[in-house]
Amino acid sequence: MITLPPLIELRNITYSCPGRTSPLLKEINFSSSKERIGLIGPNGCGKTTLFQIIMGLLTPDKGEVLLQGRIMKDEKDFRLLRRKLGFLFQNSDDQLFSPTVLEDVAFGPLNLGSSPEEAREISVRTLEGLGLKGFEERITHRLSGGEKKLVALATILSMQPDLLLLDEPSNNLDPETRERLIGILKDLDQAHIIISHDLDFLASTCSHLYTIEDQKLIRCKAKQIHSHDHIHPYGDHPHQHGT
Amino acid sequence: MIEEPFARGTTFFHRRDARVKLIPALAITLILALSSSFLVTGTGCILTGVLLTLSRPDPGLLLRRICSVNIFTLFLWFTLPLTYGGTKTLPFFFLDLSLDGIRVATLITLKTNGILFCFLALLATSTVASLGHGLEKLGMPRKLTFLLLFSYRQLFVIHQEYLRLQRAARLRGFIPANSLHTYRTYSHLFGMTLVKSWNRAERVHQAMVLRGFNGTLIPLNQPELRREDYLFLATILLISFLLAAIPFFC
Ligand SMILES: Nc1ncnc2c1ncn2[C@@H]1O[C@H](COP(=O)(O)OP(=O)(O)OP(=O)(O)O)[C@@H](O)[C@H]1O
Ligand SMILES: [Mg+2]
Repeated sequence: MITLPPLIELRNITYSCPGRTSPLLKEINFSSSKERIGLIGPNGCGKTTLFQIIMGLLTPDKGEVLLQGRIMKDEKDFRLLRRKLGFLFQNSDDQLFSPTVLEDVAFGPLNLGSSPEEAREISVRTLEGLGLKGFEERITHRLSGGEKKLVALATILSMQPDLLLLDEPSNNLDPETRERLIGILKDLDQAHIIISHDLDFLASTCSHLYTIEDQKLIRCKAKQIHSHDHIHPYGDHPHQHGT
Repeated sequence: MIEEPFARGTTFFHRRDARVKLIPALAITLILALSSSFLVTGTGCILTGVLLTLSRPDPGLLLRRICSVNIFTLFLWFTLPLTYGGTKTLPFFFLDLSLDGIRVATLITLKTNGILFCFLALLATSTVASLGHGLEKLGMPRKLTFLLLFSYRQLFVIHQEYLRLQRAARLRGFIPANSLHTYRTYSHLFGMTLVKSWNRAERVHQAMVLRGFNGTLIPLNQPELRREDYLFLATILLISFLLAAIPFFC
């Protein structure tokens, strides 16, 4: 049997922030094909940075990113990678730039070569799938925070990527929408990596959990991820129940 | 928030393709700008005024726009009659007003308002985005339309960042006064606006690149020109032609 190379692989990635002496991420090795992964960790530990490295927005000091076994060297390689990976920003304000929702969702498909009619159709379908029917002509910068998040997700799903990198997707969502998002993510065929501080959210959408500790990416032990139904009166801090 | 209030609407003017508005707008503007005849500029002003009325703008808003532009012409009215010189003068209380100065001021006022009406009726009824795409279809280089669309978009971003920071300052009890504290706060505010807008622009660019953007904007709406559009174009071009021909008949 031939084993396919993993969809995405990181080899020995080391990255330091400009102007800092100690690296933020050190010798990170990671690979994923079809898994549903959660990534949790304290503020400022480099989760968003890791996503940006994967997408080729930041260049690591050392190490390489591989797509299906091929080393991504320059911008041209990463252009290919970006067709297969969709990245949802932590701040949706940065992600939406077209005047209307429909134009924004159609932007990706148009760039990938769809005709305007196809792009329109894909976008309407994607919006519908996220329960955003009727949002087509809304003005993007006048949406609420949660609506922006869902529309931003639509702009990525409309490009039909193989892997989703979602940076805190459940932020700003009301409990009902959050449940809906969980349902959507469970139903999607795509694999995903989700950054979140909401452990319950990760428990219901992911099968593995990673964390960044001491500049390293660490896979958590299987039993640490579990779902439980109770209300956290003081927000949803990551917490552990008797390991 | 920078809005496009005149572009909201459903009149015949709003529904026309940007292209058939851009061409006559250019023609009328050129005629009005180059003409030095009262008859042409006066008639032009009236005609564009009629067009403007047909596009049914919000009256309050319209008045504000017209006033803000005419503040500049008001300056001309204060200065030109006093400084233009010439032999013929008009006594006005203890001043001698230059007749030529008054002539020029009137001419400029007519031109300004004619062009303003024309822009409000023809261009402001389209969004900047569709104007940009219209310009590209009319043969303007892609880089220039891109620059236009994105400068416009960036204006929003800067404005938004500024409002956000200003709100933050006000919510924390900042009241502008004539004090060093105020000036320092404002200088921080402006500085931060620039830095944040820059960062923001960079992230928006990243978002675009991530979604396959490679330098060309593909519009989602690629409207076909319809019969009404051609009719509209022909009518307004005819009007501008007649306007340009006035001096040859009179
Ligand atoms: N443009 C930048 N220049 C310099 N340092 C930066 C820049 N962006 C982020 N950093 C630093 O990099 C570190 C990691 O940032 P990152 O955004 O990856 O954190 P994060 O794990 O996503 O945190 P959070 O949970 O708060 O989103 C932070 O300490 C931050 O100060
Ligand atoms: Mg982050």
